[in-house]
Amino acid sequence: MDTDQLIRTLAADNAHRAPRVGAVLTMALLVAAPLSILIFATFLGVRPDVMSAMHNPFFDMKFAVTLSLAIPAIIISLHLSRPEALMRGWGWLLLLPVGLLAVAIGGEMMMAPAMPMTLRMVGKNSRVCLSAIPAMSLPLLAGALFGLRHGAPSRPALAGALAGMLSAGLAATLYASHCTDDSPLFVATWYTIATALVTAVGALAGSKVLRY
Amino acid sequence: MRGREDEWTGLMRSAMAGDDAAYQRLLRAITPVLRAAARRGLARAGQPPDQAEDIVQDILLAVHLKRHTWDSEAPFAPWLFAIARNKLIDALRRRGRRIFVNIDDFAETLPGEAPQETASASEVATQLNTLPQRQRDVLQSIAVDSASIKDTAAKFSMSEGAVRVALHRGLAALTAKLRDR
Repeated sequence: MDTDQLIRTLAADNAHRAPRVGAVLTMALLVAAPLSILIFATFLGVRPDVMSAMHNPFFDMKFAVTLSLAIPAIIISLHLSRPEALMRGWGWLLLLPVGLLAVAIGGEMMMAPAMPMTLRMVGKNSRVCLSAIPAMSLPLLAGALFGLRHGAPSRPALAGALAGMLSAGLAATLYASHCTDDSPLFVATWYTIATALVTAVGALAGSKVLRY
Repeated sequence: MRGREDEWTGLMRSAMAGDDAAYQRLLRAITPVLRAAARRGLARAGQPPDQAEDIVQDILLAVHLKRHTWDSEAPFAPWLFAIARNKLIDALRRRGRRIFVNIDDFAETLPGEAPQETASASEVATQLNTLPQRQRDVLQSIAVDSASIKDTAAKFSMSEGAVRVALHRGLAALTAKLRDR
């Protein structure tokens, strides 16, 4: 086909209007979320002492940490869905959960807690944490990748990694309401490992499906 | 250079606002720049320049299908060159070379280059034949026979809406096939 013919054909299709990437990503996450919530409701559920736990700042802190990962990851992944976008100037947003965790760990150190440090770090739920967060992430990750496919990321693996982080952050937000380990040391250890796992899966999948 | 790029941005804004003629003018204006860059990239990778037109068409399809990722407040050229670079790297990699593509390949076109030549490429045409009948008919009618959407609708006893849908789906399918081949 000659290029002029192709150009005429593209111009004939100019009336077609695609939705914004943000709209498609939002829809895809809204479709995926019920699946993750179903996994949560079937296998985990909210911890029974949630009402009293809410008065514990370290319980509340878990949500601040997971959402401070999920929300910046959503913002950056949308930014990266533009072909000319660079990571430069945006990466620091991902330090927010790290900073929050550092503050929380410092706070806990000063409070002379009941259990020794190693016990708080190991906790009782590490196994569940490592399987529940990735399991609940998977539907969200699939949704995020579907949404981001609508964009044009120049670095598909990086965009996929961000999709992994945002889905792990959202899944961890659900998980935090189930888990009775509230120590920031537990969160810094096991949530991080689970998130890294999902991020790696996202990067791998992204390098395949986010090419345009 | 500045003036040229400002003109592109203006044309793209009009195109996004629904001006098909401005869109066609823009695609015609960027094609020689893309072609020159594709030739340079191929030459640097030690590949024959006759595949340049396949790369140009690849880039044009991506520009078309991803134009919703362009921010109309931003200049058009950096967005275009990012897509072009991505497609050029892809094309060279597919031909077995890993090569660094310089963004300047796109920014600097020699003024003496023949601006309005058009050239044929085989890959789009080959993939066109693998599309479902309806999409192929519509694409062929509009591309090769230069028929309007209205005439195409009459020819195949379809509604104009159905022609538009087949046209868009056909272009999207074509792009997916070129990417995944």
